Amino acid sequence: MTSVPPLLRLDGIVKSFPGVRALRGVSFDVRPGEVHALLGENGAGKSTLIKVMSGVHRPDEGRVEVDGRPVDFGSPQEAQAAGIAAIYQELLLFPELSVAENVFMGHAPRLSWGGIDWDQTRARTAEILQSLDIHDLDPDTPVGALSVGNRQRVEIAKALSMNARVLIMDEPTAALTEADVERLFGIVRRLRERGVGIIYISHRLVEIFDLADRVTVLRDGEYVGTHEVRDVTEPQLISMMVGRTIDQLYPHRTANPGKVVLEAKSVAYPGTVEEASLTLRAGEIVGLAGLVGSGRSELAQILFGVTPASAGQILVDGQPVTIRSPADAKRLGIAYVPEDRGTQGLIRPMRIRHNVSLAVLKELARFFFIDRGREQELARRDIERFKIRASSMDQVVGKLSGGNQQKVVLAKWLATRPRILILDEPTRGIDVGAKAEIHKIMSELAAQGMAVLMISSELPEVLGMSDRVLVMREGRIVAGFDRAEATQERIAAAMMRSAQQERAA
Amino acid sequence: MAATMALPARASAGSRLRRFLFSQEGILLIAIIVLFVAVGAYNQRFLSANNLSTIFLGNAYIAVAAIGMSMVIVSGNIDVSVGSLIGVLATISGTIAVSGWPLWLAWTLPILAGMAISAVSGWLIAYLRVPSIVVTLGMLSILKGGLISVTAGAWINNLPQGYHLAQLRPLGVPMAVWFMIVLTALAAFWMRYSGFGRSIYAVGGNAEAARLAGIDRARTVFIVFVIHGFFAGIAAVLFATQLSVIQSTVPPNLELTVITASVVGGVSILGGTGTVIGSTLAAILIAAIGSSLVFINVSPYWLRAVQGLLILLTVLADLARRRKRARHR
Repeated sequence: MTSVPPLLRLDGIVKSFPGVRALRGVSFDVRPGEVHALLGENGAGKSTLIKVMSGVHRPDEGRVEVDGRPVDFGSPQEAQAAGIAAIYQELLLFPELSVAENVFMGHAPRLSWGGIDWDQTRARTAEILQSLDIHDLDPDTPVGALSVGNRQRVEIAKALSMNARVLIMDEPTAALTEADVERLFGIVRRLRERGVGIIYISHRLVEIFDLADRVTVLRDGEYVGTHEVRDVTEPQLISMMVGRTIDQLYPHRTANPGKVVLEAKSVAYPGTVEEASLTLRAGEIVGLAGLVGSGRSELAQILFGVTPASAGQILVDGQPVTIRSPADAKRLGIAYVPEDRGTQGLIRPMRIRHNVSLAVLKELARFFFIDRGREQELARRDIERFKIRASSMDQVVGKLSGGNQQKVVLAKWLATRPRILILDEPTRGIDVGAKAEIHKIMSELAAQGMAVLMISSELPEVLGMSDRVLVMREGRIVAGFDRAEATQERIAAAMMRSAQQERAA
Repeated sequence: MAATMALPARASAGSRLRRFLFSQEGILLIAIIVLFVAVGAYNQRFLSANNLSTIFLGNAYIAVAAIGMSMVIVSGNIDVSVGSLIGVLATISGTIAVSGWPLWLAWTLPILAGMAISAVSGWLIAYLRVPSIVVTLGMLSILKGGLISVTAGAWINNLPQGYHLAQLRPLGVPMAVWFMIVLTALAAFWMRYSGFGRSIYAVGGNAEAARLAGIDRARTVFIVFVIHGFFAGIAAVLFATQLSVIQSTVPPNLELTVITASVVGGVSILGGTGTVIGSTLAAILIAAIGSSLVFINVSPYWLRAVQGLLILLTVLADLARRRKRARHR
């Protein structure tokens, strides 16, 4: 036992959102001068937990303590005042403003009459940067002109300017080059020596072994365990993350793949997808696994013409095709249920009836006018088939729950009678019941001969639903497994293996 | 989960009536009725055929312009140049009429000109992705400045016999009012039941989701602006032919009155919702308020302030509805 109380301690934290229990009794603490890694799959509750720590969310149950005293943060400002700062994946900087202005945004040193003391602001920014061994950043440079690595250093300086004693870093290396990662590690170690407690979130196991002192694993919002990093191995951590229970929920189905309907040959899009190739057969569900940023969603968007491929070839039924827009893809019998139903899937102010008919307006029209009878029939059938819970087909979709909204998006696309269905995170953020219903629909569609490509960050879902699993990493498809040979450990290992390890192997 | 759900496919007649009464259109209709009854009780002359005719004849063109404006706003855009456009088109109409060309050209060429000018704005907005507020602000200055430079503010007099289309009275009702009613009905039907009308709502409601559904955003916005030019052209012809002279200047604050009619009519400034029936009812309400100020002995200069108040009330009501919706989620 340590004699000093931890800087920050959370005990039995419970946090629910409508339809989801994001955290169910999670405990966590960070001591002065340690790097404590937080590990878990997407949706495990890491983001919610750090938002509780940083005052964005208030927990429903449980205790938060700073220096052994209970606290109740009502806002991020209160958490900052207590010395807790967070650096999120999306850096929250003002590109038009200078480094110094960003570092001291909201708490700049003042002159006696209340004006901002610019000399002090610049001098103290330079001082903080010096202390982090950063000598190549001019406090007067506009942040917009900086590289991602440098922007992140500005964020760290900003946190230190508020005298942060606990620094939360949410996947800080996700967008960094290798040289920048090395520098970041140097800075983190320097902060640790100074007694700062660092909470480090990352998917990359290598980094955790490199940097962290302790590691805590979350799964499905539950606390799995905390270990000293020197006492655990990589396979142990992976199995803690993915769990052992293969879900009984997934519908059983014997795959009966037909002929190849979609083939991508070395398709690419600058910066996200490099030479990805895949084939998709009628009647099979192919799971596409990979970390966020591995290029999964971007590959789907290439296939659907949202961001047309810059190189490579796409074949439908063995014929080369050009897909320059979603309208092209739709004509070829491709449907796409996007990752973010709010911004890409739904017209929120519109009724259910009008949303489900949106992709088939031309088919429903007689001359210029929509055949209302057929539209109503479509909506009624979909509401029944997908068990959409709504007061009527005229209900505005913005009022529906997440699961029902997702069903509306799915219904809209199935109305086009596609032969190829691409689903990006089809069950993210929806309740268990709706999830099972969507899985059932997917199985039925595949049984009827539809080719389904499913992107998912949930490994149990990938394993439970897929006939074949493809793994993407750094814009390429790096592994493929048949159902029989696919295990959570193998997929997770392929997802996370670093480029160095690959070269060494 | 497998239990069958009793799901009413469509709302019952009673709940549909209730929904109408609480909709923007219902509230406006009630407000108009209340206003006419109340002001009429205070001063009977307010309800005289003469006054009613003045209210409607003098303001129908605003309602017509607000139809096109509503489509533009529903699509997620705005046109602040519509007042100047109407001024220019009215002057074109009058100039054609006094130059001795056939009257039907004086009535139709301004409409084509309106579509052409609006097509230019629409092209910049739809295909070059310039924000509509910027494009139409520029267009406002060009049209207003151009009009004053060319006409030097001279009035057009001596308009030929038979030119005054708006004043014709088939079945005793001014032609301008017929235009307002018929165009509102046609546009409302078009917006509600045509595939194109649906795509205007889709693009304004969520441009990205509409694009993924295969709807051509740029084409939709471009056509909306051309249609808007069509309505602005008709509005200009009604405006030009309702008085004995054409002032060849831009009626002050006309664009604001037209936008006010749309917004008070329930068209969300964020795009995606609203109807042209609402905007026409709002245009009538604004006109009636303007006239009633005279009858209850309030300076007509207060009209502007009342319009402003109406906008704020509408926005507050809209906010309240949104909040309620958000809580239900």
